[in-house]
Amino acid sequence: MDAAASPPERSASTAPRIVSARTPLGPRLRNLLERRELLWGLIVSDIRIKYKGSALGLIWSMLSPALTLATYYLVFSVFLKNGIPGFVVYLFAGLVVWTMFQTAVSTSTGVIVDRAGLVKKVSFPREILALSNVGASIFYFVIQFAVLVAFVLLIGHPVTWSWAWLLLIAFVSLALFAAALGIAMSAITVYLRDVRHLMDVLLQLWFWVSPVVYSYSNSLAPSLHRHGLTALYFVNPITPIILTFQRVIYGAPIVTSTTSGLPLHVLPSWSLSTFATMNAVILAVAIVAFLVALVIFGRLEGNFESEL
Amino acid sequence: MSAVIEVSGVAKQFKIHHERHQTLKERILHPRSGSTELFDALVDINFTVGEGETVGIVGHNGSGKSTLLKCICGVLKPSSGQIRLRGSLAALLELGAGFQPELSGRDNVYLYGSMLGLSRRMVERVFDDIVDFSELAHFIDTPVKFYSSGMYVRLAFAVAVNVAPEILVVDEVLAVGDERFQAKCLDRIRLFQREGRTILLVTHQADTVRAVCDRAIVLDHGIQVADDTVGEALRIFRQRLLGDVPARGAISSTIQITGVTTPSGSFDMRRGDNLTFEIDVTSDHAVSANLVTEVFTRTGLLVSRSDAQAAPVEIRPGENRIQVEWRSVPLLDGVYEVNLGLVEASGGTVLAWRERAAAVQVLYDGRATGVVEIESSVTA
Repeated sequence: MDAAASPPERSASTAPRIVSARTPLGPRLRNLLERRELLWGLIVSDIRIKYKGSALGLIWSMLSPALTLATYYLVFSVFLKNGIPGFVVYLFAGLVVWTMFQTAVSTSTGVIVDRAGLVKKVSFPREILALSNVGASIFYFVIQFAVLVAFVLLIGHPVTWSWAWLLLIAFVSLALFAAALGIAMSAITVYLRDVRHLMDVLLQLWFWVSPVVYSYSNSLAPSLHRHGLTALYFVNPITPIILTFQRVIYGAPIVTSTTSGLPLHVLPSWSLSTFATMNAVILAVAIVAFLVALVIFGRLEGNFESEL
Repeated sequence: MSAVIEVSGVAKQFKIHHERHQTLKERILHPRSGSTELFDALVDINFTVGEGETVGIVGHNGSGKSTLLKCICGVLKPSSGQIRLRGSLAALLELGAGFQPELSGRDNVYLYGSMLGLSRRMVERVFDDIVDFSELAHFIDTPVKFYSSGMYVRLAFAVAVNVAPEILVVDEVLAVGDERFQAKCLDRIRLFQREGRTILLVTHQADTVRAVCDRAIVLDHGIQVADDTVGEALRIFRQRLLGDVPARGAISSTIQITGVTTPSGSFDMRRGDNLTFEIDVTSDHAVSANLVTEVFTRTGLLVSRSDAQAAPVEIRPGENRIQVEWRSVPLLDGVYEVNLGLVEASGGTVLAWRERAAAVQVLYDGRATGVVEIESSVTA
């Protein structure tokens, strides 16, 4: 009974909270920061619930991408023979990025609708629901990335270690893009329920316009350049992120084909400074996208309760 | 006294879709069909709640009281106006809404705590109290999907009241749990009051308001019609309820209690005396009605409510006088307020109501204290 007898312990936050039709961006960000413990709690419970009751548990988070990896390897390296040596590494580097993006976006798209009971009854910044799904997919990404690093070390693949810091920028951009899309889509889905299904199809398409299972430089770059469509291809913000991961992990941009014995242009042979500039631009765009998504969300969240 | 909750000019409009086109196909195919109508759930609500006050929000169903509460909690955003809150707020809107069925009671306590804005350390500190209060020590590591609905609510309530919020918002949750648990909840609310926390209580039960609140706000169709002392607010609330009767029922309510007197001219009496009320009623039609009598102490405790169902009175068109006699009143020293009402004998529609129709002062010179005296004999 007397545990409750210490009311002023949290009154340190003397600034009044204001509930009104619109919350400006600054307070929104501050709210998010203040509630990071809730975000953390939701991420942990997401992960725990996902593998609860399954015998292999967390191993599934590695097993399912491993099976995807095996499938693509079989198709492109054994049957279709694209001639890229060490194709597993190339594939793995792109796939961890894509898996993270796809999982984050597809799980957070329906999250507000799925957790309507919570949204209608408990007050907290609603973006946190989408962010918790992004957080969970970051967790799986970290596991998979660790496996990737262990794998390249084991087989002694020549990784461009000196460029490794680029991965950090690329990863932050990736997480921000995934969060931006997830947050915006989770709010839009409340009003237009088919966005969810549309998103599934869109993500399929998106996967194939990103250079994950094929080499951009080898198969697409020349014809895109001929038609002046290179810029269009790079509108997809995930492409430069994937290219960065591939460039660092896979390493050499030009290799000798295993089928024809001729030099093969697997990755763009841009300099470090080109990659750095590209990543800086992408990061800036990602930050803007994230803020825009928060604004969109803020405009839409006012009527969640009556639409759910 | 500083204001903890400041509600200024809050309005909320809902769109009512007459034909919902929620899928993309339907929206494209019928871009303009399906009219939407704006519905004012709240219109220009203004009030402040000071630190340590307990304020009731009363209104009948559809009056907007839950909408207002949701705005205050931040679940809904008002269409215009703003609400300023100072201090932490815990809302008991729907208990257990934040629970994850797959997780254990323990994990849910932490998760729910963080939804209410607490850090893990703060929850750790009160964890044992939460478990004690919920009486679920034995099941705390069981996934909550195996809980009964009562256990669910108990755990949620235990978290909400043990996290020591500065503002507690309660929405008719006292109706859950068994009687003993309800009493425990009321106790906890009283403890909160003693500790000087601010409580906002939404209900349509006049008794709860009378028992707990310092002040009450009355809402009617989204409009704030009163912000006054409990007695006055409840009087207005009942009047509003009556005002609705002609709109709904077939009988137009032109029955009024015009006056309450007593033959002796004074409502002062001694314990054990008889007291006669003479109630003047005007009516424009004949109806058979039951007289409802409520007796309250000055502090709002309900002493008695009776509706004399066995003896309906026949109201004739014109002036009527109803006599009620209280025989050997067992009330002890104090002032008692009497509310009188007429309820249709068939159906139970309230025909007329008079809040605080009379104040009865009872004089008693014995040694017993309390509200009533129980006649007793002591033998060895």
